[in-house]
Amino acid sequence: MISLNWVGDYIDIKDQDVNELALKITKAGINVEGVVTHHIDNLVIGKILSVSDHPDSDHLHICVVDVGDEELQIVCGAPNVKEGLKVIVAKVGSILPGDFEIKKSKIRGVESCGMICALFELGLEEKTEENYSKGIEELDDNAPVGEDPLVYLGLDDTLYDLDIHKHRNNDCYYHIGFAYEIACILNRKVTLPSLEFKTIKEKINDHFKLEVKTSKCSYYMAREVRNVKIGESPEFIKKRLLAAGMRPINNVVDISNYVMLEFGQPLHFFDKDKLGDKIVVRDAKDKEEIVTLDGKTRVLDSDDIVITDGKKSVCIAGVMGGENTEVDENTKNILIESAIFDPVSIRYTSRKLDLPSEASIRYGKGLSFEYTEMASKRACHLLEKYAGAEVLDGYILVDNENHEDKVLSFKASDVDQILGMKISEDDMKKELDRLDFPFKYKNGVFTVTIPRRRLDIDCNVNDIAEEIGRLYGYNNIVSSVPTVSVRRGEYIGDVKYRKMVSKRLRTLGLTEVKTYTLVSPEMASKFIYEDRSQVHLPNPMSLDKSIVRTTLIPSLMNVYEYNKARGVSDISIYEIAKTYDTNYDEITKICGLLTGNYLTNTWQGSMKVDFYVVKGILENLLDYMGYNGRYSFIRSDCSDLHPGVGANIILDGKKIGIVGKVHPNITKKDIYVFELNLNSLYGKTSKLKYKEAFKYPSIEKDMAFIIDKKLDVSEVINTIKKASNKTLQTVSVFDIYEGDKIDSNKKSVAFSLSFNGVDHTLTDEEVMVIFNKIIDKVVSTHNAELRDK
Amino acid sequence: MENKRFDEIRKTFEKDLVDISDINVLNDLKVKYLGKKGLITELNSEIKNIPNEDKKEFGMKVNELRTIFNDYYDSMKEKIEKIELNKRLENEAIDISLPSTKINVGAPNILEKVIEEVEEVFLSMGYDVVDGPEIEEDKYNFEMLNIPKGHPARDAQDTFYIEGEEILLRSQTSPVQVRTMLKGKGEVPIRMICPGKTYRRDDDDASHSHQFMQIEGLLVDKNISLSDLKGTMDVLFKRLFGDKIETRFRPSYYQFTEPSVEVDITCVNCGGHGCNVCKHTGFVTVVGAGVVHPNVLRMSGYDPEVWSGFAFGFGAERLAMMKYDINDIRTFYNADLRETQVFDREDEE
Repeated sequence: MISLNWVGDYIDIKDQDVNELALKITKAGINVEGVVTHHIDNLVIGKILSVSDHPDSDHLHICVVDVGDEELQIVCGAPNVKEGLKVIVAKVGSILPGDFEIKKSKIRGVESCGMICALFELGLEEKTEENYSKGIEELDDNAPVGEDPLVYLGLDDTLYDLDIHKHRNNDCYYHIGFAYEIACILNRKVTLPSLEFKTIKEKINDHFKLEVKTSKCSYYMAREVRNVKIGESPEFIKKRLLAAGMRPINNVVDISNYVMLEFGQPLHFFDKDKLGDKIVVRDAKDKEEIVTLDGKTRVLDSDDIVITDGKKSVCIAGVMGGENTEVDENTKNILIESAIFDPVSIRYTSRKLDLPSEASIRYGKGLSFEYTEMASKRACHLLEKYAGAEVLDGYILVDNENHEDKVLSFKASDVDQILGMKISEDDMKKELDRLDFPFKYKNGVFTVTIPRRRLDIDCNVNDIAEEIGRLYGYNNIVSSVPTVSVRRGEYIGDVKYRKMVSKRLRTLGLTEVKTYTLVSPEMASKFIYEDRSQVHLPNPMSLDKSIVRTTLIPSLMNVYEYNKARGVSDISIYEIAKTYDTNYDEITKICGLLTGNYLTNTWQGSMKVDFYVVKGILENLLDYMGYNGRYSFIRSDCSDLHPGVGANIILDGKKIGIVGKVHPNITKKDIYVFELNLNSLYGKTSKLKYKEAFKYPSIEKDMAFIIDKKLDVSEVINTIKKASNKTLQTVSVFDIYEGDKIDSNKKSVAFSLSFNGVDHTLTDEEVMVIFNKIIDKVVSTHNAELRDK
Repeated sequence: MENKRFDEIRKTFEKDLVDISDINVLNDLKVKYLGKKGLITELNSEIKNIPNEDKKEFGMKVNELRTIFNDYYDSMKEKIEKIELNKRLENEAIDISLPSTKINVGAPNILEKVIEEVEEVFLSMGYDVVDGPEIEEDKYNFEMLNIPKGHPARDAQDTFYIEGEEILLRSQTSPVQVRTMLKGKGEVPIRMICPGKTYRRDDDDASHSHQFMQIEGLLVDKNISLSDLKGTMDVLFKRLFGDKIETRFRPSYYQFTEPSVEVDITCVNCGGHGCNVCKHTGFVTVVGAGVVHPNVLRMSGYDPEVWSGFAFGFGAERLAMMKYDINDIRTFYNADLRETQVFDREDEE
């Protein structure tokens, strides 16, 4: 949150309409998400005339409140209501944050005409447990009854709620940094606040030492002040802090917060008298303990940075101070720390300890040492002015920051080339002036020094182009299209095959679904038919989504359940997705699930999905992809498929997937699933060729055998094919009979064979020779009985 | 010349050759006159009894008789067949209002439909559609995209790590850009898009999903500028949403592009007049994009002094939600077939 009253200290924006300014800022790249003007209709200062207990409650009170033009009866539950107190009253009709409208109501039978408010209820403070337990806001005795309390409190400010990209998160979230952003948008100059103070003769260096023993602290500056008088902050500091959502505590604490909100630099104040005669900054030891100022014991490890006085730990650097050196109402002398710690380390520590403090958030963003120094001086200035502090001469400092200026040279045309718009050299100069980036210009070359506050800017011309572009306005960019490509793009690799499969499966009536890659242990335990170990996420969000799936079948089962529950019973779906195992081997799977009717006719009879429909779909797909004649189906061993109604799909002798009916242990419904390994179908087919059809008429012959019930018909077909010669073109099954007329462990299968001569019309005699040979072979191989021919 | 038999037969014509509608009666008549022992056939054998000088005339007369009969026969047959056909057609008529046999609908997933539309636009502009692994190395997902270890941009993406900080479920499709550039070895221009699944630690709700589809694109060539990006975005959104759609750039910041922009398009919901969807601005933000950062080019083997390019990325879900007025992201993953199967059709241009 940025207060415009506050920013107004550093740059003149009185002439700006707050909403228009917000738009300008947003247009230049920092999103002003909300413009909060602190004004609430029907909010007045009231004086509590009397307080009585609610007859029907042990914590509610009935108050009569004078609000100037009337006296209101208001039921209030705050523990701190008392007679004579000046309070903030939201009268009937006022609308509080969260669209909460105050209405005349009855609370446990007692009429209540308004609400006595706490600041958090007005959106002026965070809604914390602490703020909640404090009860209603107590105004001072001078507060004028009937007037607007926000004006009285100086809170009639406009606040910008900013959505700042990570890039600019280290210079735009504090008031001076944001003033610079407004300055370059409005082309105005920033005035920095006063950093001046007097010093006493005594030198800090004479009695105080500093050692930095870690590489994670690049800058540490300490100053000492004496004889501070702890008291209330001046009004302007209190108002500013309140506006920014911070509760004033006392002048010293408030000043440290105030400077932090000004410069973005967190300061830490040690009670100097509780501290030894030196500061040591070092990596913490494993299991080192420290009691922080919230009274909790924290356990550190060697990735944390700790500050000690040589004897005891006094602060978790950048995160929270220690209780043992805390500034309190008796504090007289203060050591002011202004430092830079490694942002990564601070983020790590605050996350680990679950301590996202105001300081750690800012350290985590990264800081500019220029402001670290200024913040130290600014604190001295304010402590001298508002807490009567005497500042010791000098400071102690360890400075390992790189002081080299970031300098960049470029031509105007370099920027043109990136932005695709023409910016004249004069315009370029104007833009750099606006940015307040010092530069030299010679022979068409600009040499720019990047201000230290802009940590985001590296030394490449793209950075400058970005700054110029956003201020100059991207609206000025003219559209062009890169040189037209003469070649159409292509689907590459895996994508090509996914598209091919999708196209055919959709044609065959399967609808595509998308499901989640991460599955539950329950799902992951189903339909395991390959030797692949599953990836378990070390830190899943929930058990539900903790394992990277190796098969899609359980996911499609869920889609089935979801649709079934919504009354959809005819389901034909597929999904194509990648699966991974612990070797990170990637297999793209094609998975399908079918149940209910494949073709539905409500009055003539439908065609239900069965094994053969699904098998037909797979054959159609494989033929389409060019694998005709190279695949077969053999009985499957997948334990989640029906043992009698499941097959492995074999291509060129290798298993590429499974198909079958889901085991009755899993579902009682007739559900058929298949899954294919798409990787094994990448481009292994031959080129498509024209093949002339037979010129001579074909001869059809039928034969029927009685064979063992358990014998797969495909075995018989194989025998038929082997026994024949190349004149046999097709073998099809046209009847299967099991029943009374034959043995119960037998079945009768009738085949229709089609013969064709390659170079002449076959004679009946020629066919009969082969035909009889086939019969003999089938009878002898399969112990079959010829039933008919 | 006179022939008694001929005259008798000629006379039977008047009685027999009447209008009939039974094919059997007609065939009987044919037998009666033209059968082996038929009356006209009989006249043929009579000819031997005719004096020579009359033979020719008699023959002609018999033929005439035969012609008359044949004409009669043909016309009757045609008439009867026509009647019978009509009868058959009438019998075969069905109730065409009865319900059909429903063939299963094979629809694309809604997301996939939108992705395919986007792919088509870019394929036509010469972009390849490529793909990359979903389990990625930190190197490709972050480091080579100018996001070193410890960079705050990593926190925002809230990544699912699998093995230390080295192996992860990709939090963006950008690693495919890196992989594509590495393959190009700094030598060839690149035009590609890479739609694909990405994962972030978000709790699933109406507008968040721990798994989502990102579509990213990359063009690397010589003398590429932001204005080329602008033109490309214009083409994309006019093709997707119609010619009235305008695009505009707003400044933004991303690690792997610089300058970075957000691409706004005319609000599809209100056509730019202002509504709740666009918060009364007339525009909605759909794409993050920018000029490829020189560091990114360099790390992937493309010399930024020679090559330049742009990259862009957007969520397929968001696009689909805008296009089809869907307000819950979970819609795409729940796969209610009653909703999905509607998408088995061509869309109007």
